[in-house]
Amino acid sequence: MSEEVLFQLKGVSKSFVKGKEEISIFDDLDMTINRGEFLAIMGPSGSGKTTLLNMLGGVDQPTGGEIWFNGERIDRFKESQLTRWRAHNIGFIFQFYNLMPMLNAARNVELPLLLTNLSKAQRRANVETALTLVGLNDRAKHMPSEMSGGQQQRVAIARAIVSDPQLILCDEPTGDLDRKTADEILEMLQLLNQDHGKTIVMVTHDPAAASYAKKTVHLDKGKFVQREVAA
Amino acid sequence: MNDLYLIYKNMTRKPLRLFLTCFAIFIAFLIYGAVTTLKSAMDSGIDLAADNRLMVVNRINFTVPLPIAYFRKVAAMDGVKNVTHANWFGGYYQDPKKQLVVMAVDPESYLRVYPEVVVDPQQKQAWLRDRQGMLVGEKLAKLYGWKIGDKIPVSSNIFSHKDGGHTWDFVIDGIFTGNTEQYDTGYMVFHYKYFQETQTFGGDNIGWLVLTTEDPSLNEQVAKKIDETFANSAFETDTSTEKAFSKAFIEQVGNIGLIIFGVVFMAFFTILVVVGNTMALAVRERTGEIAVLKTLGFSSPRIFKMVLGESLLIALIGGLAGLGAAHLLIEGAKAAMAQFLPNLVMGGDIVAQAVGFMLLLGLVTGLLPAFNALRLNIVTAFNRGGA
Ligand SMILES: Nc1ncnc2c1ncn2[C@@H]1O[C@H](COP(=O)(O)OP(=O)(O)OP(=O)(O)O)[C@@H](O)[C@H]1O
Ligand SMILES: [Mg+2]
Repeated sequence: MSEEVLFQLKGVSKSFVKGKEEISIFDDLDMTINRGEFLAIMGPSGSGKTTLLNMLGGVDQPTGGEIWFNGERIDRFKESQLTRWRAHNIGFIFQFYNLMPMLNAARNVELPLLLTNLSKAQRRANVETALTLVGLNDRAKHMPSEMSGGQQQRVAIARAIVSDPQLILCDEPTGDLDRKTADEILEMLQLLNQDHGKTIVMVTHDPAAASYAKKTVHLDKGKFVQREVAA
Repeated sequence: MNDLYLIYKNMTRKPLRLFLTCFAIFIAFLIYGAVTTLKSAMDSGIDLAADNRLMVVNRINFTVPLPIAYFRKVAAMDGVKNVTHANWFGGYYQDPKKQLVVMAVDPESYLRVYPEVVVDPQQKQAWLRDRQGMLVGEKLAKLYGWKIGDKIPVSSNIFSHKDGGHTWDFVIDGIFTGNTEQYDTGYMVFHYKYFQETQTFGGDNIGWLVLTTEDPSLNEQVAKKIDETFANSAFETDTSTEKAFSKAFIEQVGNIGLIIFGVVFMAFFTILVVVGNTMALAVRERTGEIAVLKTLGFSSPRIFKMVLGESLLIALIGGLAGLGAAHLLIEGAKAAMAQFLPNLVMGGDIVAQAVGFMLLLGLVTGLLPAFNALRLNIVTAFNRGGA
């Protein structure tokens, strides 16, 4: 895999104003994410992992600094631009799956395709491919409430990949699952990274989960404290 | 799948709540449709009244007669163009329950004073010549299947013959239509002379006079003159424009209408608050889902439209069903009310106005939740534990 840069953070700072106080989460953070990477971000609670992921995903914006994606400076984007950019480039996987409860599995997976101009037939084909990849094609008509946590997370993965984004962002994707199910989900992410070339950034508390990644970074008090490469 | 499907799925996720909301709107528009139709039927009498037509009735009230001599006296007054007179005959055809609107009139002057009444010239001549002739409105003729030349017996519960009989025989000489669609042709008129010669009491009395002035600007002056002329006589008069007369006649009903309107307005307001609250609640419950949609790349305006679309759809479903029910109700009551409210129809303007109110209801109740959804910040929504 070539070392092509996908993301570059330059001197990023992020602070929140709470009442009169200004809480600084990051101050002058630099980071590079290469295409094809599977990166795990670890760190204590409150260290800013989710905030960092949100900035990468364009749902939150830095207070200062620059965020470059594929040669575009996304921190300068307006909200409407960011929205469109997210739809095209990012797949999201959340800790609590976040499926629409009133839609069945297939329709949940189809959701991001409403933002494309694919034909009905193409959409159906994409949904089927994504569901097959996560091994749930036989559950297409099932409602989220009729599925286990692991199955729901697999539907969520299918939803994240259905529009073929370059980057998948996961915030504690296995935080709500037992060990065995978590391993299945992580293997699936590994597969997406290795066989389908997806760049993955995953936030996790769990060292076992991080071991599936190619690379792990530790965040503490707004800084990367140590870098290690998985064996 | 498209946005409409998402709206539909969101709307129907709590069927009981949807039903109750729609039902409240249904009731509101049922009442609204029925009441406005009723009110417009009452108002149409006023609207159709001619500008230069005056009614002269006994000052005591309009059921007390006037002497026939007034007819000539009024005709001779300055500013008076045409005068005619009429007596209420009432009566029924075959069945006392089938009450008819029948008046005894002076034929020639009647047609001059009421240009709304359109008759074929040949039929008109035949009627003018025939003392026992009846001129029937198209609506009545259709209702009873009467044709020209038919002999029809009309019975009165007020008047009787000198020999004690209550039934008069008439021949239908003409069928009139209105000069406009709104003009109600649900009545019939016959010769005053026939009425006069066969009645035992009533003598040479007439029920009321109707006159037209040379110009509406003369109305007040002519009315004053008439009432002054007959002041201090045994039969004092009260002259008013036809519009004012119709208005006075329905004023009592009108007041009831006002009360009903107040009730409807309050009901509307209550429903507005209830539906608005329900919508706000429904959207607040979906905070997390909206944040997810936004994260996936659904734009804020698109989500705004979906929320607004949902509240509009609910308002339209409940509202149109209610309006439909009101229509059925009106159609059912039409026959029974035909005598009092001949124009009892839910017109296009009422429907358009009601649909306008539905859209307004949908907008007002959906706007705030939609705006909240529009402004919803993904990060804050997730932090709030929405997902
Ligand atoms: N919208 C906000 N307003 C104010 N403070 C915030 C906001 N979002 C995050 N923070 C603060 O920023 C810090 C980092 O939060 P973040 O959610 O990124 O942590 P995290 O590393 O993901 O923690 P966890 O492991 O518990 O998920 C926390 O101290 C948090 O309280
Ligand atoms: Mg977090």
